[in-house]
Amino acid sequence: MTPLDAIMAALKALRLNMLRSILTALGIIIGVAAVIIMVAIGAGAEARVEMIIRSMGANLMIILPGSSNTAGVRQGRGSRPTISEDDAAAIRSEIPSVHSAAPSIRGQAQFIYGNLNWQTQIFGATRDYLDAREWPVARGRAFTDDEIRTGAKVVLLGKSVVDSLFGEIEPIGQTIRLDRVPFEVTGILQQKGQSPFGFDQDDTAIVPLVTARQRLLGGRWLSGRTVGSIHVKFRNPESMEAGERQLRELMRQRNRLRPNQEDNFQIRNLSQIVESRAETTRVMTILLASVASVSLLVGGIGIMNIMLVSVTERTREIGLRMAIGAESGDIRRQFLIEAVTLSLIGGLIGIGLGIGGSHLVADLAEWPVLIEIDSVLVAFGFAAVVGVFFGFYPAHKASRLDPIEALRYE
Amino acid sequence: MAANCAIVRVEGLARNYTVGPQVVHALVGVSIEIARGDFVAVMGPSGSGKSTFMNLLGCLDSPSGGQYDLDGEDVSRMSRDKLAATRNRKVGFVFQQFNLLPRMSALANVELPLAYARVPRRERHRRAARALDAVGLSDRAHHQPSQLSGGQQQRVAIARALVNDPMLLLADEPTGALDTRTGEEIMELFVALNRRGITVIVVTHELEVAQYARRILRFRDGELIADEEVEGRRLVHGANAAEAPS
Repeated sequence: MTPLDAIMAALKALRLNMLRSILTALGIIIGVAAVIIMVAIGAGAEARVEMIIRSMGANLMIILPGSSNTAGVRQGRGSRPTISEDDAAAIRSEIPSVHSAAPSIRGQAQFIYGNLNWQTQIFGATRDYLDAREWPVARGRAFTDDEIRTGAKVVLLGKSVVDSLFGEIEPIGQTIRLDRVPFEVTGILQQKGQSPFGFDQDDTAIVPLVTARQRLLGGRWLSGRTVGSIHVKFRNPESMEAGERQLRELMRQRNRLRPNQEDNFQIRNLSQIVESRAETTRVMTILLASVASVSLLVGGIGIMNIMLVSVTERTREIGLRMAIGAESGDIRRQFLIEAVTLSLIGGLIGIGLGIGGSHLVADLAEWPVLIEIDSVLVAFGFAAVVGVFFGFYPAHKASRLDPIEALRYE
Repeated sequence: MAANCAIVRVEGLARNYTVGPQVVHALVGVSIEIARGDFVAVMGPSGSGKSTFMNLLGCLDSPSGGQYDLDGEDVSRMSRDKLAATRNRKVGFVFQQFNLLPRMSALANVELPLAYARVPRRERHRRAARALDAVGLSDRAHHQPSQLSGGQQQRVAIARALVNDPMLLLADEPTGALDTRTGEEIMELFVALNRRGITVIVVTHELEVAQYARRILRFRDGELIADEEVEGRRLVHGANAAEAPS
């Protein structure tokens, strides 16, 4: 018997007991579908976390000023101007693993266009800021070097601001007023969505740092070169741990802190926060995957059970096949192929259900799902392994039958 | 292979079964030769050892003692798989209950031994069709056993037994499940096949069936008690132009 003969014979035998075959394969079907759905949900969640990290800017740390401490009375965060544009420049030049360091200041402004107005936050920043936060200009253009140096009255708008003020009108090239100062809209920032903490990151605008200092925010930013935050982008994720130490050391040095003094600034590593959340998802995935493997195991036992029944039912057939020349190996192969075919068909149906189910989860529960081809292959391979493992004993039993006894079996 | 070599030569063939603490002697020291092209009937009451004898001749079983040469080859010490291969190449079986696989066409049933002989698919079709033709059933090739009469089913079984050109055809009560008329047709088919040179051994308890043979072996209590020529051998009436393959 060629393998093709055996597969055809197996398909025929399974078709004769269609309902029984499907019920038997149910364990495998559910197991495979569960594996695929679980992995899809896990991968979807992970992909979303990754997207969130990316929306903040990957490999990113933020340096914020510390609180002032006057005779034991501590003010809030940022109450002491301890970081400056010069710090940013020093970070850039002294820590090799730093890709860019972008100083920025933040404040509120009333945006007015035509008869509409809208209050939102504005950032005074350089082009490095867009780079660090991986925030490209979707339409129009970023600031030129000249505009940054001279403090030109140009503004980049976030998507939500555009929606609130312009509606259908093309905003690029329009003049809007921020508080009382007219600005030209040079570009629109790409949409970023919510921050991990639920803020609308698109409800914002960016102007050159110098412009923000001189024309808009003034006040405590007006004097000197202090800034509200520095976004530090590293070249790769591996350099971040060492980078954070170097950053702290450099900042302490620049602030002339003695070893026993507390930091007067803060370093925040946002990817860490998000990654801990990803870890939770991962644990969840592992848990659900083990539930799925239990289902596959139960499915395998079902296959063994039904194959044992099948061997008994077909004892005469086995006897006859042996009488006309089937060797033990032929019989063993026949039943093994039947078991594997059963589990692989279950696997295929399971893949179909798993992919369909993943889409259903995506639509109904609005969870992000991501079907990974690896998980499909692994689930399918696992189904095959289950078929071989649990099909072996019944097949072996069939192959050891005595042809005379088998032929006489009623 | 010796020149005048008998197709079956058994010497002191014995078969014991252990049932619990008891040893049952199903066959004790049978010695006999069957010539190539002979037609032999094996008779005896149940428990006489005739079935055990047939199982041994058909290489379905191995003897506890003695020797069995089939076609000049000692098969008494062969492994299971060697025996299977020998059955496949040298022996054709016909059973009382036909033992066709249900829901497989007649042609597919006939092809089965060729599949185990690793004959290529195309040739299998060709040879199975020829074997069906030899038993006069070429027009039923695509019928399933359940769509065939008992006699037709037995013919398909005979075609299956013949398809791999065996030298020995073993039939165990081949007419037991058929009416008299159909039984006669089947026996006539055996006679025709025998005339084409194939050695036929039939187990039966009906003398009318045995009388188609040239020679009758009688068994009792595990022993061969008589080995006689058939006098007044039944003639084949109704010209059954059966043609053995090859």
